Parts: sequence; C-alpha cells; structure tokens
Amino acid sequence: MGLTSIDRPEIPSSSGNGASDNGRETRKRRMLAIKKPRFSAWGIHFVLLAYAAIALGPILLIVFNSLKSRRALFDSAFSVPTPGTFDLVGYRTVFEQANFERYFLNSFIVTVASVLLVVLLSAMAAHALVEYKFPGNTFLTIYMAIGIMIPIRLGTVSLLDFIVDLKLVNTLWALILVYTAMGIPLGIFLLSQFFRQVPGDIKAAARIDGANEYRIFGLVIPLVRPGLGAVAVFTMLPVWNDLWFPLILAPEESKRTVTLGAQQFLGQFASDWNAVLAALTLAMVPVLILYVIFSRQFLRGLTEGAVK
Amino acid sequence: MLIKVQLLQESEVGSPSKIGGVAKLWHPRSGGNRRFPWHLAIFLAPAAVIYTAFMVYPLVDSLRLSLYNNSGSYIGLDNFRTLLGEPVFADRFWNALRNNFVFFAFHCLVQNPVGLALAALLTAKGIRGQHIYRTVIFLPTTLSVVIVGFIWRQILSPLWGINDSALLGESSTVLPTLSLISVWQFVGIPMIFFYAVLISIPDDLIEAARVDGANGWRIFWSITFPLLLPTLGIITVVTFIANFNAFDLIYTVKGALAGPEYSSDIMGTFFYRTFFGNQLALGDAAMGATVASAMFFVILIGVLAYMLLWQRRITTYQL
Repeated sequence: MGLTSIDRPEIPSSSGNGASDNGRETRKRRMLAIKKPRFSAWGIHFVLLAYAAIALGPILLIVFNSLKSRRALFDSAFSVPTPGTFDLVGYRTVFEQANFERYFLNSFIVTVASVLLVVLLSAMAAHALVEYKFPGNTFLTIYMAIGIMIPIRLGTVSLLDFIVDLKLVNTLWALILVYTAMGIPLGIFLLSQFFRQVPGDIKAAARIDGANEYRIFGLVIPLVRPGLGAVAVFTMLPVWNDLWFPLILAPEESKRTVTLGAQQFLGQFASDWNAVLAALTLAMVPVLILYVIFSRQFLRGLTEGAVK
Repeated sequence: MLIKVQLLQESEVGSPSKIGGVAKLWHPRSGGNRRFPWHLAIFLAPAAVIYTAFMVYPLVDSLRLSLYNNSGSYIGLDNFRTLLGEPVFADRFWNALRNNFVFFAFHCLVQNPVGLALAALLTAKGIRGQHIYRTVIFLPTTLSVVIVGFIWRQILSPLWGINDSALLGESSTVLPTLSLISVWQFVGIPMIFFYAVLISIPDDLIEAARVDGANGWRIFWSITFPLLLPTLGIITVVTFIANFNAFDLIYTVKGALAGPEYSSDIMGTFFYRTFFGNQLALGDAAMGATVASAMFFVILIGVLAYMLLWQRRITTYQL
C-alpha cells in the first residue's frame, strides 16, 4: 500500500494512501458488475449476519438489561428495556459504592501517556536504526525486537522488586513505564518498515539545504503517519484492557484502572445483578463509543500493520 | 570516544538491504574531524533505556532468581527439581501445562478456521456492507478480557440460563467453555489478518486461474492457501504466546484457584498463585520466578519451533 504512494513524484501523504486504498475497492466493485457471484450473496449475508449476532448479542444483552429493574431482568431478559421496565438502580449502586470516575481518569492517563511515549520513542529509535549506519546497529535492532516475542509478564517477580526499589508502587508511573517498555519492541519493528519506504531524496535534499538531523526527523515523521497510527492501535487496547499489572503494581483504590476497578467491584457485588450489569456497561461504553467512531481508521491501522 | 558513523545513501526506495550501501562519512560539514554522534544517542537512548530497565532486566533477573532460594543463596537447579519433582508443585505444574495445551488447541482448531471463513465471506464478490460486518465481528476483541469473562459468566449463569447445566461449574466442561469464550472474543484477529491478505491478492491472478479452468476449490488450495500460510504461522505463534501467559479470563471467571479442582488452571494462574499465594498456601517469590522461567522456556520452544520448522519452509510470495 505504501509503495504506491512512493511511486509518485510528489511527497506522499497519508491521505494519498487512503485514496489508493479506496481506488482498489472501487476497482474491485467495478469488476463485480461483470462477474456472476459464485455463491448466493444472500447465503453469505445470512452467515455473516448470524455471526455478527453471535458477536454482538451478548454485549447488547448486558447493556439492555443494565437499564432494567430487578424483576424485569429475570422476567424478560431478552427484550429491550421499555418505559415499564426501565430502571437505573444498578447505576446508582455503582456510583455509590465505587469510584468509577476515578478509575476512568486513571485508565485515561495511563493509556494516553503510554501510547504517546511508545509512539514517540519508537519513532525516534526506528528512524535512527533505519537511517544511520553505526557499529552495533544490527545487534540493537535484534535486541529491541526480542521483546516482541517474550511477554513482559514473565519478569513480574523482579519487576515488582524493581518498582518497589524505585518507590513507584501504587503510582500510575509504574504502569506507564512498564507499558511503554512493553510497547516499544513492536513499535520499533512496525515503524522501521514504514521508515524504510521514505524516499532518500527528501532527506538528501534537506541535508543539502542545511537541515540538521533533528530537523530531518521532523521532516520524515509526517510521511510515516499511517505507521504511527498502526502503532497507536496496537498499543492502546492491551494497555486499557490489562488486568495483570494494575493488580500487581498499583492495586490501591485511588490508583485503580477501569479494568481492575470493575474486576474488584464485580467480585464484591457478584449477587447484585443490577450493579454487575451496570458496572459492566460502564466499563465497556467508552471503548465501544471510541471503537464505533474510529473503527475505520482502527481496522485500517490493524491491516496496515498486518501486511507489513 | 570516536564512533564511526556513516550516513546512508538511500537511492533505492524500499530496499531493506540499504545498510552497507554507498556510505558517506559522518559528519559532512566537519570534514575529517568526526564528532560524537549526539543525535544518535538522543534518538536511541530513551527507547533503549526504558526497554532495558523495565523489560529486559526484569526478565533476565527473574531467570536468575529461579536459581536462588528466598534467602538469596544460590541453589542451582533445586527450584526446578522441586517444581517437577515434589507432588505439591509437580501435580499442579503438569496439570496447568496440559490444560494450557488444551486451551491453545481450541484456539488453533476453532479460531483459525472460523476467522478464515469469515474473512473469505467478507471478501466474497458482490457483498456489500463488508466494513459493517467487519466492525461488528471485531468488536468483542476490543473489550477487556475481564469484561468478556463477566459477560459470559452472567449469561451462562443458571438464573438467566441459556443452559442450566452450569458449563462453568463442572470440571469436564469448564476448560472447553472458557476456551470458546476466549475464541469468541479473539476471532476478530485472525479474521482481520486473513482479510488483509485476501484483499491484497490481485484479481488478475484469480482471473487467470479461472480462465485456465480452475474451479473455486482448486483456486483456494493452489493460490489462496499458500499465500495465507505465512500469516497463519504468525497468528498461530502469537496465539501460542498469548495463550501461554493468559491469566485474566480464568482469574476473572474462576478466581486464582481456577476451580473446580484446578480443572481450569493454566500456567498464568499457576504462576500467580505460586508467587502471591492464596487461601491454601503462602506466596513464594523464588518458586514464582521458577514457574515464570518454565513458562519462558515453553514459549521459547514454541517460538523457536515456529522460526526453525515453520518459517524456513514457508515461501513468502511478493505480490
């Protein structure tokens, strides 16, 4: 995908990439008009709809029932809430008993900080590894790539000791630093593929014009924007959704992330169905809203990362 | 200290082998007087330092700790002898390892075929609204495993009862049920990766085969499948790594004891229990590190098997 944009004489931009993507789709669509479908289109739609229902059904069941009264929850579990069955009792319990605003804020801070650090630091390192030849380049490239394959969780025993020594236990910094370390290997690996496609002429021309190395980095960054998006996509969700490190490094009530907060709350209030459903919905909704808004970019980021 | 840094001339776009190409001496303006390449340190140090301090060091140190006891004396492989020899640990270890393989087998045998089938249907000719299907089917993948665990615990509970037989309560059904819950959540990943490959196959290629008289079956096995193999390998090894340090789902639905009678226990929950303790035993850092090392070796064997046995034999075609 990236290659098509580089064939052009002008500076490729990320919108250029998107356009070629669309071009391919329209071309495909035009070809369909000529061809007779091999399987019945209805049959395919039926299977896809059925699977979409399997994927979406359980989620909707939770969201709808979180808005019902305790009785309706059991009497008419499989219907949408109506004015007769509508009740926010679960949400009241959640807000009285748990500090979800705090959890959201913590998750937000940790995720945004980690993603920004991963994207920035991986971009800097990937640029340097691709752009300069220096002794140890190959070693460093392999060294940084090992982390893609080995889960950081296996170092938990020592990591906890280390975080205790740094006096960072029960701080959001502990999480941010660990998640940054966790995201960097894949970040560098993916971004290297994108940096390799930046035409050398641009950098050579800038150097002739007297640009220093930092300026060159600033110049090529916009050219790898799809790569930055892909890295952000790959980093974001594992951080937001992680249970392990919040549980171990920052379990204190005021430092809980949504995932840990919800897990603890749901364990405590297991028998209060209204509260459980409301808490689940609250923990899901921000991700769902963001996903629905950005799904196109999100899935494009994934596929772009996937084909690299 | 003088470090020779050479600037890469990139005349050929996209060639990965540019390191070692026509190289120019650094720094152009300072003539022969080379300076310390500060920009290199500034670009590389932050990532390298954070990665080394919070990832490499803990991993290496954890491996080291598995050779020491809790009072800090070196005891060689004694911890591993305990892990594999003493029934208190060994029974749990082999049980968790076996369960983990079952967990992984479900992912391979269900998640990959379903993901591929969905990707194939999405890319079928004449299907509109494919991005809506794609978005919806990928949606569970974006949720936290904790949330997914509770959603299914709630749905499978006898009170709401799709099924009263308590799939999550009996030792014969709990692990397959949890595996399928995990597959339900993550099937979007193989789907999206296979999808990326399928849309990258040029129509001309399929056309040509069809003109030559190949039917859909033949086209799939002779053209599509070989092109999918590298991706299938990557997905399988990534799933292997994820499965062998999975923890959240079991912990959320069954707790750290992974009941009933450890029938849903996998390496992640075993590691957690060993390190932090539980209702039945005190936590043990040295044994925790030993379990982590065992997990490390299992994952290492999986990754090496992938690299040496699979990746070498698979041809990657450039489209």
